[in-house]
Amino acid sequence: MLQDKDRIFTNLYGFESPGIEGAMARGDWDGTKEILEKGQDWIIGEMKESGLRGRGGAGFPTGLKWSFMPKESDGRPSYLVVNADEGEPGTCKDRDLMRHDPHKLIEGCLIAGFAMRAVAAYIYIRGEFFREAEALERAIDEARAKGFLGKDACGTGYAFDVYVHRGAGAYICGEETALIESLEGKKGQPRLKPPFPANVGVWGCPTTVNNVESIAVAPTILRRGASWFSGLGRPNNFGTKVFSISGHVNNPCNVEEEMGIPLKELIEKHAGGVRGGWDNLLAVIPGGSSVPILPKSICDTVLMDFDSLKEQQSGLGTAAVIVMDKSTDVVKAIARLSQFYTHESCGQCTPCREGTGWMWRVMERLVVGNAEKSEIDTLLDVTKQIEGHTICALGDAAAWPIQGLMRHFRDEVEARIDAYQLKAAQ
Amino acid sequence: MSAATKFAWTPENEAEAQKHIAKYPEGKQQSAVMPLLDLAQRQNNGHVTIEIMEYIGKYLGMPAIRVQEVATFYTMYNHKPIGKHHVQVCGTTPCWLRGSDDIMAACKKHLGIEKGETTKDGMFTLGEVECAGGCVNAPQVSIGDDYFEDVTPETIVDILNKLAKGEKVTPGPQNGRQTSAPLGGPTTLADFKGKTAKSGGDA
Repeated sequence: MLQDKDRIFTNLYGFESPGIEGAMARGDWDGTKEILEKGQDWIIGEMKESGLRGRGGAGFPTGLKWSFMPKESDGRPSYLVVNADEGEPGTCKDRDLMRHDPHKLIEGCLIAGFAMRAVAAYIYIRGEFFREAEALERAIDEARAKGFLGKDACGTGYAFDVYVHRGAGAYICGEETALIESLEGKKGQPRLKPPFPANVGVWGCPTTVNNVESIAVAPTILRRGASWFSGLGRPNNFGTKVFSISGHVNNPCNVEEEMGIPLKELIEKHAGGVRGGWDNLLAVIPGGSSVPILPKSICDTVLMDFDSLKEQQSGLGTAAVIVMDKSTDVVKAIARLSQFYTHESCGQCTPCREGTGWMWRVMERLVVGNAEKSEIDTLLDVTKQIEGHTICALGDAAAWPIQGLMRHFRDEVEARIDAYQLKAAQ
Repeated sequence: MSAATKFAWTPENEAEAQKHIAKYPEGKQQSAVMPLLDLAQRQNNGHVTIEIMEYIGKYLGMPAIRVQEVATFYTMYNHKPIGKHHVQVCGTTPCWLRGSDDIMAACKKHLGIEKGETTKDGMFTLGEVECAGGCVNAPQVSIGDDYFEDVTPETIVDILNKLAKGEKVTPGPQNGRQTSAPLGGPTTLADFKGKTAKSGGDA
């Protein structure tokens, strides 16, 4: 188990003040100027060396992403945009980082923004997180008052500021180009790539979009050194991670743990175990609603990191662990996610706009068994026709939970069809 | 505000609107359309109208249709009057696993209304939302700007009763635990709890 001395978010639960005095007592804003004075190349090199992979779901190497930003301006300013549109079902980690440890994020904005030669950072926070947005605004005001942000940030002569932009209820804005559209004051509909945001992002300027956690861990990594971070976890899956454990556990919670912790250990050590004991486990969605579900047999031994979960045809995603015990109607649980994706499809691409609703309607029939068995293959075929055929990954995200269900629980779905047909015949 | 009255910012909101616009680069004031719609909705007792969209369009120098596109795309803009308390039950899978169906049923029964309806006295509007992002504190209900977490059918009815009487309610977990920490206390950070000074910018 990760030791407390290696935990980054020491105020995860908000026992202490999120204010700047408390934050500085916890080590934030310590030697920020010295970090910046080491220069952009050093910061990006150190981030690459740490092996940090993006904490928003895709796991793209953070340092490498920063390095894509132009080193010399062609006249356009560059921007850092922080994706705080946390809305992937099961995920509620960034909320804690913003309300309880906001200075880690604000300091991270300055360091990351400086490293990519940006003039400002915009934190795009989901509209429902009203209190969290207030916490960020307070933290930004405090940092400005101390001279950490502004025309001469931390006394380095570098001008940088951070702004909060509240969303208004649209899951799709967690997709980086939809988020950029939304930040420009438009409907949140994803853009075709290329051009990528590092070339043409917000207001036509070079932009990097990073998840809250990816930015918030950066100052600690730079203070403690890349080798400290890469000394935790497993190769290619380094560091610590904030996990959200929800559903049928005795004590649902958020917790910061080491990457690669066994799923069983994570649940038993921190969430009080599965309701009714480990043997009462039916399945787990290990990384937020978009990743395929895993049956107990895999949960027994799987490790919680990008590569281990990928080997099991699932994913770490946002590390949001949704636990289901044996009382769960697993078909209904996935059908509810199909409903979610139908509601959240932006309507731009036909396969997603039409497909999500179609899949949901079939899933609702499968919940009661009112279907032919051949429809399972038709449904799977449709998931394949949506996957990879839309501008953004929402189509994929809607397809994968259904594919996961059929991979591991097809027997259950077929049994319902049999039962329904038997009843109808009587 | 009746249909006959023209919408215009209050002096406080005019200042607030200018603060939002100042966040964005010169000439990119359209970026402020979302915060301004939110501000106008708050000024107008919880919903936006076509007239408000036209007003904001003029204010930001953008076509009213572009404002309307935004106002109809995002779910947090209401297009008809809502009650004093907007009660929104999260029903997505993590909350559903922890009994959100029972929470919704309790709200419906107590308020005597269905999803999307407002009580006759104008006190409560009931709705269902997609994942509110409070999953480890499920089931979760949003009321206005606040999250009520770890609710039961009993505790949510108690909260609604108190709101109806104008009494104070406390957002956050309703089962006594500290935010997202495990019930009974954290399994981590034993050395950090209360170690550093509790000062500055208290929430």
